[in-house]
Amino acid sequence: MTAVGEAVAWSVRVRGTVQGVGFRPFVHRLATGLRLDGAVRNDGGDVVIDVAGPDRAVRRLIDALRTGGPQAADVTEVVVGRTATAPPPGFRVIDSATGAVPPAFAGLPADLATCADCLAEVFDPADRRYRYPFTNCTACGPRATIVDELPYDRARTAMAGFPLCRRCAAEYHDPADRRFHAEPVACPACGPRLAWNAGRRAASGEDALAAACDAIARGRIVAVKGLGGYQLICDATDPDTVDRLRRRKARARKPFAVMVAGLPAAAAVADLADTERATLTCPAHPIVLTTARPGAGLAAGVAPGVDRIGLFLPCTPLHHLLLRALARPLVVTSGNRAGEPIAIADTDAADRLTGIADGHLSHDRPIRARYDDSVVQVVAGVRRMLRRARGYAPAALPLPVAAPQPILAVGAQLKHAFALARGGSALLGPHGGDLADADTLAAFRATVAQLSRLHRFEAQAVAHDLHPDYLSTGYARDTAPGTRRIGVQHHHAHVVSCAAEHGVEGPFLGVAYDGLGYGDDGALWGGEVLLATYTGFRRLGRFGRAPLPGGEAAVRRPVRMALGYLYGGEFPLPPAPAPACRDRMPAAEHATIRRMIERGVRSPYASSAGRFLDAVAGLLGLCDEAGYEGEAAVLLEAAAHRARRPARPLPWRLARSGGLWVYDWSPTFAALLRRSAAGVPVTELAAAVHRTVVDVTVALCARAAERTGVTVVCLSGGCLQNRILATDLPAGLRAAGLTALLNRDVPANDGGICYGQAAVAAARLAEGD
Amino acid sequence: LGHGSGGRLSAELITEVLVPALGAAAPGGPLEDAAVVTAAGSELVLSTDAYVVDPLFFPGGDIGALAVHGTVNDLAMRAAMPVALTLAYVVEEGLPIADLRRVAASVGAAAVAAGVPVVTGDTKVVGRGAADRLFVITAGLGQRLPGAAPTAAGARPGDEVLLSGPIGCHGVTVLSTREGLGFEADVSSDTRPLHRLVAALVGAGGPDVHALRDLTRGGLASALNEIAAASAVGVEIEESALPVPEPVRAACEILGLDPAYVANEGCLVAFVAPAAAGAVLEAMRSRPEGAAAVRIGVVTDSGPVLVRTTVGSRRVLDMLLGEQLPRIC
Ligand SMILES: [Fe+3]
Ligand SMILES: [Mg+2]
Ligand SMILES: [Zn+2]
Ligand SMILES: [Zn+2]
Repeated sequence: MTAVGEAVAWSVRVRGTVQGVGFRPFVHRLATGLRLDGAVRNDGGDVVIDVAGPDRAVRRLIDALRTGGPQAADVTEVVVGRTATAPPPGFRVIDSATGAVPPAFAGLPADLATCADCLAEVFDPADRRYRYPFTNCTACGPRATIVDELPYDRARTAMAGFPLCRRCAAEYHDPADRRFHAEPVACPACGPRLAWNAGRRAASGEDALAAACDAIARGRIVAVKGLGGYQLICDATDPDTVDRLRRRKARARKPFAVMVAGLPAAAAVADLADTERATLTCPAHPIVLTTARPGAGLAAGVAPGVDRIGLFLPCTPLHHLLLRALARPLVVTSGNRAGEPIAIADTDAADRLTGIADGHLSHDRPIRARYDDSVVQVVAGVRRMLRRARGYAPAALPLPVAAPQPILAVGAQLKHAFALARGGSALLGPHGGDLADADTLAAFRATVAQLSRLHRFEAQAVAHDLHPDYLSTGYARDTAPGTRRIGVQHHHAHVVSCAAEHGVEGPFLGVAYDGLGYGDDGALWGGEVLLATYTGFRRLGRFGRAPLPGGEAAVRRPVRMALGYLYGGEFPLPPAPAPACRDRMPAAEHATIRRMIERGVRSPYASSAGRFLDAVAGLLGLCDEAGYEGEAAVLLEAAAHRARRPARPLPWRLARSGGLWVYDWSPTFAALLRRSAAGVPVTELAAAVHRTVVDVTVALCARAAERTGVTVVCLSGGCLQNRILATDLPAGLRAAGLTALLNRDVPANDGGICYGQAAVAAARLAEGD
Repeated sequence: LGHGSGGRLSAELITEVLVPALGAAAPGGPLEDAAVVTAAGSELVLSTDAYVVDPLFFPGGDIGALAVHGTVNDLAMRAAMPVALTLAYVVEEGLPIADLRRVAASVGAAAVAAGVPVVTGDTKVVGRGAADRLFVITAGLGQRLPGAAPTAAGARPGDEVLLSGPIGCHGVTVLSTREGLGFEADVSSDTRPLHRLVAALVGAGGPDVHALRDLTRGGLASALNEIAAASAVGVEIEESALPVPEPVRAACEILGLDPAYVANEGCLVAFVAPAAAGAVLEAMRSRPEGAAAVRIGVVTDSGPVLVRTTVGSRRVLDMLLGEQLPRIC
């Protein structure tokens, strides 16, 4: 910089998450405090500050930009340059410009949980927003869930219908105020109001809240209009209520999430690691899967059979008020019947939640977009995404190869999500659910249309899975004929989703362990070791194959899957005792299934790691019938965690077949049968199977690395949600001298497929293929 | 080629390979199993079909009966009564003569029962491996009933969807007999002619009968999807209204099949204007082959074919590849 005291003009560009998080008012306060001249504005996805003043003051401004900032901001880069024109005196905040097409996906930030300042106001009897459920500021409050049009400005949100009162208007227009351009700013005088409806009884405002609290306290189930959709809320400590909720929602065993008032309440029901505490309180306020504390007072029906509990903290003032009033953990689950999308429209909620909820706590601020609660877990000290929705979506992630044309990546089928790719980034849409549900399919179409409109995005290519019967593939088939279709193999998409997150360059090894995906040979895959780039892959290894007697019926009934391995696997089993699971099945069913396997009737083969673990769970009697997707794997992992002794691997073998290394699991299965018959505890066998899969995988990767010279391994697929595998696989690979990478911000399950598809399609188009 | 089970792959084979190859000779309009042709000023309906089934004989029927019923039914779906059939056999060398005799007798009995003469035919014996035991090809000529012109493109929003009887029997019987699964003891094929049922329902509904489709390979789901696509409408049906016989339900559970995708040979769906639906349903029920007829749903403006389940959610009932490959990851 030039000599001290000389007035010069500078242009400072701030990159990262800096829009819609209160960054411009922050800069304004800073600059006026330093008596600098200039202006701050949003530019594309960045914030640009033109500033003039004493050199020292400018330097302090820049330092503060790098280190300070609102809690939800994430500054990745500050670029300082000189500019020829000096600004007029004073410091201004320049309004968002409309009309220009943003370069990537700027200006639609994810929703943010209530900040400490707002929370203090809500519980301060002297404050004019005392107990006001819609309190917010630039650092917190809704974003993506209320946007009609971009740029994000009050007139183009669901708040347009709430004219500001005089005091709110003053805050909104004062650059020095915490609420300067807080788009949803509101107060009891001018903002949204609560409404309570239960049969013929109705109430509004504070009375509505009191009625809802009273109902929940009396063991009722209440539908609450949350940020990104209706939620069903009830007392998590009351077994009868929780069971009633399960019956009404038609959700047999899948664990419910629990909301607690704060960290102390969370620590009372779960053992929390530091990263878990930090994640619970981060601006996204996701559901964090934690280790449950037995006997902590939660009803057994909240999370039957597992030692994990999904916890989250109140993310809006309304939730804070509920938790404060009820002073107990609450089940907070999406407002729908099992398998359906979360309800967002008031009429829809009234319709669909009748018969589930005893009362409705609603309000008059419309929800513009559906955002379920996000789910994460901490593995090996790192927060890893399981379901990317409220608080994270629709933020964009970088792409390793920029998309030469706009690409719509339509994702998979279950845990569905889609992505829009343009230039160097991919916008990940929120978690949708199972596309076979007609309403979820409709929501997918509507959300694609909405985000495309907001970002003026017109896809010129559509990336899709190879499975011909995924409804996402059908959507790609039906899309405008001028659009180019790019098929991406399921497991290639999985491992690329991991590589792209880490910006891996050059070829890498991919380990894709999941349930089932359509292979490029038309067979079902799921336990694959690939040599991959962003454009293509070659299969190097796989799990041994076994039939799925009855197709999806075998997925729903792991005990059947066990019979598939016993009677029809690629590798015949050596003589071993008959499994106990045989006797738990009706003789006629057993005979028919055996016949189906032998005759190859309705029994497609799969080389799947997930189905292998299902079969083990079935064999060990942990799960005959899965109450929800992935339950067998969850119970097998839970059993392994309960093992008393450190796990030793079971016997295994690698076979060579069709140019691939193949995990021959027949010695593993035979050992399981023998040890199980000999009375070895199920917990130890469960742990031993995990250890075996780790050893097998390290051996497969070591061989692949030896042959290819590639030492970076990207691990992905639904099985990597398993904490034992997600911890021990990378550890084992590192011990073998390899670099192991896992997904972080993108789900390892099928929710991440869209991002992998986008990265592959972008790379292929860039290659001109 | 893996295009055998009547799902989307067969549809693609037809629309992308076979029809384009016909060039100027290709039929215009929606693809139908029978076509209306005008010759010398009068409207006739023409249909042809080739029959392949393993096993040749199964509880409730055989390939000969299928060949007669299939063609009669294809004519009937255009509201035509059969006038005459043609018949061709492709016989693999080594087929026991007794089997051929049995099939031929079954053809004769089925034709007599349907009241339609077999007027001409052909027989070819081919070497071992050139055919699988026996193929039967039939063509049929029909005469249109006055007052109705159902077509695959005729369904309209608001139409009621009527199903003539229980579903899933034929597919389960054939699969179970072929593979020795044992379900065939409790269930038999529903193969039968539907033209008299059609005469009854057209008599009751006339021009309000907008579309008819017999359920064959790919089952109810494929039939509904074909009509929905050709008519550019959606369909919503009630799972609780679907007549699925208990043995079929039990077999499907073990086999991992959705009964809505299982083959039939003796059921139809009718898309009827709401005002006439009650009368048409009553007329259907007056016939033995329609005694169990039910209203299963309605035609919607657009969107997929979907089924409202017994727990109240709405599931997409898509046209599948044919093999019902798992979509779960
Ligand atoms: Fe997957
Ligand atoms: Mg036909
Ligand atoms: Zn705030
Ligand atoms: Zn106000």
